Amino acid sequence: MKNKIYRTFDEAVADIPDGSVFMSPGFGGVGIPRNLLAAVNRQGAKGLTGISNNAGTVDAKVDVGTLIAAGQVKKMCCAFTATPHPSQVTAFVRMYNAGEVDAELIPQGTLAERIRAAGSGIGAFYTPASVGTELAEGKEHREIDGRVYVLEYPLHADYAFIRAWKADTFGNLQFRLTQRNFNPIMAMAARVTLVEVENDIVPMGELDPDQVHVPGVYVDRMVRIPPDGIWD
Amino acid sequence: MTEHRTTTTDKPRLARQAMCDRLAMEFQDGWIVNLGVGMPTLCSNYVDPSKSLIFHSENGAIGYGPLATPETADRYLVNAGGQQVTAVPGMAIVHHADSFALIRKGMVDVTVMGAYEVAENGDFANWRVPGRKGGGIGGAMDLAACAKRVFVALEHTTREGESRLLQRCTLPITAPGVVKLVVTDLGLFEVTPQGFKLREHAPGWTPGEIQALTGAKLAVADDLREFRVRASR
Repeated sequence: MKNKIYRTFDEAVADIPDGSVFMSPGFGGVGIPRNLLAAVNRQGAKGLTGISNNAGTVDAKVDVGTLIAAGQVKKMCCAFTATPHPSQVTAFVRMYNAGEVDAELIPQGTLAERIRAAGSGIGAFYTPASVGTELAEGKEHREIDGRVYVLEYPLHADYAFIRAWKADTFGNLQFRLTQRNFNPIMAMAARVTLVEVENDIVPMGELDPDQVHVPGVYVDRMVRIPPDGIWD
Repeated sequence: MTEHRTTTTDKPRLARQAMCDRLAMEFQDGWIVNLGVGMPTLCSNYVDPSKSLIFHSENGAIGYGPLATPETADRYLVNAGGQQVTAVPGMAIVHHADSFALIRKGMVDVTVMGAYEVAENGDFANWRVPGRKGGGIGGAMDLAACAKRVFVALEHTTREGESRLLQRCTLPITAPGVVKLVVTDLGLFEVTPQGFKLREHAPGWTPGEIQALTGAKLAVADDLREFRVRASR
């Protein structure tokens, strides 16, 4: 069986080409694949399209905003294209205002469902979210049983960067509490799924099959976070 | 600024915690409650031992507890605002798509959100402000379109003294016609098919004074009363 374990993050991301579409999970500072994002930053791929809940925060930690600030991202698909307060000026906000990065603003539930659709072989779906707002303008509407919905399409990606709590050598993954957030659906949606793992990667058979959150068939590459890696 | 405004601007208004306590008094036993980031999270400080509420956050925590202290904090457990919260017995964790599946199915009994504007037709706007490119939607559109009830908590007027309660929103809306109950620092307002109805007024404020600061016609409830404030913890 193919070895999925890479020694370093730099080796795991070495072949990511310019122009790739990537997914980066995380919510409220939890479950962000900071080590993989740092490696992509070092690797230097450009012209990337990012799919993520937000476009970076004002804190100094590595996140998707690190790639944006470095000029590696041409477009973001996310639920926030402005920060909660005008005083919070992120790299994304500065570059978005200057027209240096593009963005598609998506309601968070629609974002999650579009990612799930991509990982589930669904061609499109109807949702009631955004009906009657400017975000629904130009989209196909349909009334079903007296309720109006808009048509939304899947969001596919070339690469998903995942942060997991535990893994086995096959790539079966577990997350802890709200670290889970977008991780499982992004792991399923990408063509190539890379995982940073917080605990030692255990032999197959050691994770309870009933407690696996992402089956290893979706996982391609894993790196155990080293002691000097990024831990929070 | 017009004359009637200058006569009322110095009067004390309701505190944010009192506003959120009042909305929380409407929550019923067993409700699934989703609190927006910012002021609405204060609703969770209101504790009524006769009611058991299930707090839901967009990131997939169903049935979380109060904000964590440094001793109880677990960096893996945060609410929709990224604040560390505590686990309580019975809590469940799902991923983001399942968290919004619950929302879209209509299982959230009430969502409380902040807003820049709310209109007498039940529209509200909370994701984009004038002069700024982009916006912050988060889960607001999904929640507003699908929750059983939408409550809004906001300051009655802007810093410039303009009403945030309007006949029609001027900003891009979050969802049309969904707001049922509004609390401001001047009182409690029901959104009826005929528009805003003042149900409770801030202490010391008359309906006429509140109307003068409101950009829509207010009906006054037959049983109008002073704003109810109960002690929270």
